Amino acid sequence: MADRNGFFDLSKTALTRRTALKGLAAGAGLAVAPGFVRYAQAQSSAPIKIGFQSHRTGIGAAYGRWYEKTTAAAVKAINAAGGINGRQVEVIIEDDGTDPGRGAEVVGKFATQHKTDIVFGTLFSHVVIGSAPAAGEAKIPYFVVSEGHHVASTKLNRYVFQPGITDVKSQIQAMAPWIAGNVGKKVTMIFPDFAFGYDHRDYLPPALKAQGADVIAQIAIPPTESSFTKYFPQIPAETEVLYHVMVGPAVLTFVKELGEFYGSNRPQLFGFIDSLEATDINSPGLEFLDGSHFWEGSPRYAQPDDSAAQKAYRAAVGIDDNGAAVGDPKDVSTAAHMFGCWETLYVVKKAMEDAGYKGPEDRAKLVEATEALTEFAEGPEHPQGPKTFNGKIHQCFGIQNISKVEGGKLKVVHKTKIEDGLYEAEGDYTTQAL
Amino acid sequence: MAFGPHLLLAALEGLVTSAVLALTALGLSLVFGVMRVVNVAHGEFFMLGAVLAWAITTAIGGHPALGFLAALVIAPLIVGAIALVAEQLVLRRLNYNPEATIVATIGMLYIIQQLALTFYGPEARPVEPPFSYRILLPWFGYSGYKLSVIAASALLLVATWLVLTRTKIGLVMRATQYDSETAQAFGIPVDRVYGGVFALGAMLAAVAAVLIVPISQAHYLMGQDPLLLSFIVVIIGGLGSLRGTVVAAVLIGLSDGIISMFFSPTLAKIIATLLVAMVLVFRPQGLFGTASR
Repeated sequence: MADRNGFFDLSKTALTRRTALKGLAAGAGLAVAPGFVRYAQAQSSAPIKIGFQSHRTGIGAAYGRWYEKTTAAAVKAINAAGGINGRQVEVIIEDDGTDPGRGAEVVGKFATQHKTDIVFGTLFSHVVIGSAPAAGEAKIPYFVVSEGHHVASTKLNRYVFQPGITDVKSQIQAMAPWIAGNVGKKVTMIFPDFAFGYDHRDYLPPALKAQGADVIAQIAIPPTESSFTKYFPQIPAETEVLYHVMVGPAVLTFVKELGEFYGSNRPQLFGFIDSLEATDINSPGLEFLDGSHFWEGSPRYAQPDDSAAQKAYRAAVGIDDNGAAVGDPKDVSTAAHMFGCWETLYVVKKAMEDAGYKGPEDRAKLVEATEALTEFAEGPEHPQGPKTFNGKIHQCFGIQNISKVEGGKLKVVHKTKIEDGLYEAEGDYTTQAL
Repeated sequence: MAFGPHLLLAALEGLVTSAVLALTALGLSLVFGVMRVVNVAHGEFFMLGAVLAWAITTAIGGHPALGFLAALVIAPLIVGAIALVAEQLVLRRLNYNPEATIVATIGMLYIIQQLALTFYGPEARPVEPPFSYRILLPWFGYSGYKLSVIAASALLLVATWLVLTRTKIGLVMRATQYDSETAQAFGIPVDRVYGGVFALGAMLAAVAAVLIVPISQAHYLMGQDPLLLSFIVVIIGGLGSLRGTVVAAVLIGLSDGIISMFFSPTLAKIIATLLVAMVLVFRPQGLFGTASR
């Protein structure tokens, strides 16, 4: 296109009144356009933007909803107390459909379009693994609340952190002695056929072996399966403990069919509450679980020895003593995991304050400040319990609860110690370039 | 577990799958056979049936059998009504053009699915079975309700067959399927037949869903698997052939049950898909279909 008006002609210095007006109008238009940094002249007053990668649809949708509620409650509390570095926190939510491909797109969208300071909040392990490279590429810190071992395995990258919830390898190691000592020594595992299940498949056998117990069979079930009876004949007859970690919408069927298959003559059951998060433990067909044991990150039911911080946290998020939404007893929360959102946001706050974080140009500083953290004391910011943090593997370690189903409630019967779950680091993220 | 009981369990599981699949696929096959419309939203009518079953049983309360029976009657009727409206609003306006209706039903799929997500939510919700009798075999226990699903499905299939072959409605449908223009010339209200067939197809899917929902909960994404399997069944059995659909459903259901129990569920899916490819190559009209004129 010819430059007829000499618009791009640098030699032409005289600025006509019309051109000046045009320029002004264009500038004003840009300033009111969405996404424009309106606070450019006053950096300190702009909100800190947190991109929340939420499982709003897809198989993780029940988790996504409660992760959003917990996040909203934590952000409200943080903002009421003055925000982060004196700036308010704003959460921008994008749905990833619980899908790894879309997860990566969402991370890209946060980095380039919304220009958020960090990305946060992912649960499902395959989405985390799918999204992590995008976060590393965009050099945007990615704080997940996923429970999987993939962050701590150091196979992701330096921008991925899991400071709010203990990983599966540590959970299993901490609980194995109790399982071997109190439930049984011949264990059959049933797990979903993807990353989260593989963590269990890989780390339970050695952890039990160390306690003199054995995994005698491992049954992998595709995550989209809707009927399970056909897998049960693979469970060896001598099984003492059935260890189950199913996820997804079909888990109720899983338990019901297990009940039909075994009746009252069943092996002991030990499961991860992941199977029944957001599900009423008193649903028809679940009577079968009475007397069985579950891992819980944070107890769903209020316990007699709950700390003041735990009580305040439950009230802030809006769950009653049964772990259901206040006012709607049928709306059961994902209590065992969602505390991780609350705690992660407080870790982000701490790290941003330590780093003197001002904006996206300080993301590398934020990474280093997070890596420098070592301990989180139990309290209003960490209501689930005390934690230690290993900056080399970007993973925190906390206590685990083992709960028994009794009279239609989950009662905590054993709490592990932080030391029970510590393991040798498999690598070191801090050696990677920023 | 010994081989005999293992096989028995596999066969039972396969039959339950077949029973539900036969009803769902029959609906798809009927719609294609009479209207030449490939209804991609068929699985969502299935899902709607299950979701409505949950809503109805929750609203009624009392003994689970009461709510379930009400759901068995009311849910398909509501789904049928929705399908009828969709047919009038969308498919009729496209003059049942094969390509356009595929795209339109894909749109319907997403609309129904997202409405379910908005109003019903993302949770999987259970429906209590009308009775929970556990049949105790020497080797394992089995749900009495599952066996009743097989029986109920067989009854419904026979009823559908009777309607199609022994009643005037069935005659009109078959006439429309055979040659819709001639049927119209003979005074058959083809438009109304199309509406009725589309609703009936959706109702068959909804009934299947109500039957299965006490076994696997209602969830807004539950329509995807039945849709895929129905297509497999309908292609193998021959589009528009009732007998072929039922035979293929039993074949696919049983092989799925047995192969996935003795080998792996993935292998079962591979074999089913391979079978579809084979049928398409060597007998494009399906096992029981008639070659297009």
